[in-house]
Amino acid sequence: MPFTLKVNGASHSVDVDDDTPLLWVLRDVLGMTGTKFGCGMALCGACTVHIDGAATRSCITTIDSIGTSQITTIEAIGGTPAGAKIQKAWLDQEVVQCGYCQSGQIMSAAALLASNPHPDDADIDDAMRGNICRCGTYMRIREAIKLAAQTNKKAG
Amino acid sequence: MRPDRVTSRASGTNPSRRSFLTASAAVGGGLMMGISLPLGHSKAAQSEGFAPNAFIRIGSDDAVVLTMPYVEMGQGTYTSIPMLIAEELEVNLQQVRLEHAPPNEKLYANPLLGVQATGNSNAMRGAWKPLREAGATARTMLVAAAAKRWGVDPQSCRAQDGAVIHASSGRRLTHGELAADAAKLPVPQNVTLKSPEDFKLIGTPVRRLDAPAKVNGTAAYGIDARPPGVKIATLAQSPVFGGRVKSVDDAGAKAVKGVRQIIRLDDAVAVVADHMGAAKKGLAALKIEWDEGPHAGLSTEAVARELDQATQRSGAVAQNIGDVDKALAGAATRVEATYQVPFLAHATMEPMNCTAHFRNGECEIWIGSQAVARVQAMAAAAAGLPPEKVIVHNHLIGGGFGRRLEADGAVRAVQIAQQVDGPVKVVWTREEDIQHDMYRPYWFDRITAGLDGQGRPVAWKNRFAGSSVIARWLPPAFKDGLDPDSTEGAIDLVYDLPNFHVQFVRVEPPGIPTAFWRSVGPSHNVFVTESFIDELAAAAQQDAVAYRRALLDKSPRAKAVLDLVAEKSGWGQALPKGSGRGVSLQFVFGSYQAQVAEVEVSKAGAVRVRRVVCAADCGTVVNPDTVQAQIQSGIVFGATAALYGEITLKNGRVEQSNFDSYQVLRINEAPVIEVHVVQSSEPPGGMGETGTSAAVPAIANAIFAATGKRLRKMPVDANALKQPA
Repeated sequence: MPFTLKVNGASHSVDVDDDTPLLWVLRDVLGMTGTKFGCGMALCGACTVHIDGAATRSCITTIDSIGTSQITTIEAIGGTPAGAKIQKAWLDQEVVQCGYCQSGQIMSAAALLASNPHPDDADIDDAMRGNICRCGTYMRIREAIKLAAQTNKKAG
Repeated sequence: MRPDRVTSRASGTNPSRRSFLTASAAVGGGLMMGISLPLGHSKAAQSEGFAPNAFIRIGSDDAVVLTMPYVEMGQGTYTSIPMLIAEELEVNLQQVRLEHAPPNEKLYANPLLGVQATGNSNAMRGAWKPLREAGATARTMLVAAAAKRWGVDPQSCRAQDGAVIHASSGRRLTHGELAADAAKLPVPQNVTLKSPEDFKLIGTPVRRLDAPAKVNGTAAYGIDARPPGVKIATLAQSPVFGGRVKSVDDAGAKAVKGVRQIIRLDDAVAVVADHMGAAKKGLAALKIEWDEGPHAGLSTEAVARELDQATQRSGAVAQNIGDVDKALAGAATRVEATYQVPFLAHATMEPMNCTAHFRNGECEIWIGSQAVARVQAMAAAAAGLPPEKVIVHNHLIGGGFGRRLEADGAVRAVQIAQQVDGPVKVVWTREEDIQHDMYRPYWFDRITAGLDGQGRPVAWKNRFAGSSVIARWLPPAFKDGLDPDSTEGAIDLVYDLPNFHVQFVRVEPPGIPTAFWRSVGPSHNVFVTESFIDELAAAAQQDAVAYRRALLDKSPRAKAVLDLVAEKSGWGQALPKGSGRGVSLQFVFGSYQAQVAEVEVSKAGAVRVRRVVCAADCGTVVNPDTVQAQIQSGIVFGATAALYGEITLKNGRVEQSNFDSYQVLRINEAPVIEVHVVQSSEPPGGMGETGTSAAVPAIANAIFAATGKRLRKMPVDANALKQPA
């Protein structure tokens, strides 16, 4: 049965089994490879996207569960105020190393910042502990989120 | 221990060997420089003849394109290596573009030979001299070309900001305008390299060139390759190493929507589908019966037992100084211990994958590899093709750590692609990735020291047993029962130990493939030696820093980092009950490093690494922020290994399968890390792996300080640290 998905503001029709995880529809059917595969069990966060603004693990989100919700991926997160701030802070703090997990890290961080403009360390731990970075960029991720939050202050 | 030898190692691969250069006209105009960079894990890997494997092309459009064999896997190479060229060529870093070196690019006359690999923390060590020489040579030729055109003395011209300038007349020609003329000039010998005080780029923090694409989802890793018409496959390999497929019932898999084909290999079954979701669903629907083969009863305990026994017979002598048996016999105190480190998986965030298209007597491959020439050679062998018929497209690497020095994933992809009409991307599930990794070896050490009446070590005797990765990966470098990796960090201690004897017994575990893993040999040896020197300090009832320091009179750089880390960490200051500090000190990969870890151990035995302070002397720092980032990264990697890292075998099967059973440190567990780098004008040392090897013993020693319990087997066993209720 074909499903109609709203991804980054555009509608796409896909014909896959209803239990197909969103991750593979994005990567293999729609060719949007910015969202990454890491574990397939919602253990690592590499596949994080936003569904109606909420950070969601696309590797366990079946296509029949999405309905008319809006999906936002790393390819479009720079179009949101929180996403743009996070991306800039990521560059300013030189967070990335191999970079493979960073799409998911940025999606989790952008969702955090959008819902909580001034997260403290505990908030950051809670929002980001589901995202593994094997290069160990955690210190810089924390600093970058705090830096992005500072720009929130300035903006009032 | 012997400063002369230590110094020559510190300067990298082979400082006496003059790097070779050629210059010619570039295709499409401009100047092409060919450079021979040292590669591989030892001098044995280096070709004696001149075969350029890196190229600098200065186009008439002023673009400087560097093609090099080192790959970016997070370590910052794609930023720091171009800095060397830009510095000597006097161009802006933004003018330098980097291209992956393919193994058979037709643009370059010479094939890339030898062991084309990025590993052993050797990219900067290998490139430091030859790439600056290449840049300086090109600059000298551009200046000569300008001087000739203007009819002036070359001495009156200089290069600056991508151009040659004749100051007195105000004339200026860009490198691009001069490149074609320069290509006609002879290559000058003995060009002068810039002196460190004239460096404009080297030593300054430069932003990573690869970062923007990595924050917006456009960076292309191997797993992102999508040649037109590509199908997606995933696979199940024999759960027991060395087992074979006995039978497959694929009726259920074929019924899955999107599944196209089931491929049966000798020891694996693959499902080819329109997308990975269908491939995984098809794989789950397969009923596979395995012939488990000879390793069906294998356990970790059996491996450890065999290694234990091996340390009780003699091995190859890796180092011998003085007369250790005589010194032991005369020692006032004797300290003995055994140490063990486990098998470890790499668990790169990008699971193993490779895309292959087999057609009309050739094979095209898309992969992220640390060793693209190895991929080409092994894929060619698997495909029954000559290497030049295998085209390899290399990509960014979503975590290497040594895993992507192996080509097993490419071989699998070729085996599958041979049966598929069109390109197929083979993506391993995380479970396959962990259960069919090639593992950091299990090693077992039996170590004895003798102390004199003052507690000073007068004898050190260590015999350890385990796999030699080098013996498989680079056979010529395994000689007389020894290889340079297995012994690094065990035979070249910084301490003054007058009677010192180390033996290695090579024992390959049955059926289990072993491989390089971030810091490999030192990841084991530094844990053992730095834990044991801590034991000696405790036996002598002396402070762990003071004890080490008294043995460092012949190693001033080691003493300096130890002093620095003690000062910055607040060594000696009181900590709350249940907390402790531990120190480690090493010289590996050509760099000195000391770490102090602070841990907190709960009554239940849970260990929290609160803070790690690091002092590093890695010689000349090219990109300071990269050095900081690599040490931070290495420490987190080491903390993961110390607290969680363990692959175990039961009935021939790996017991761990995903990030629930093979845990990785998360942000809420990550220590605060402070890195202090010593100013130095020595040649650069390796940086990518040093943080890992130093972190494990620092953590283990901190646990001893906190609890009085000495952990001689990694990872940390919380049960052993549990306090009685």
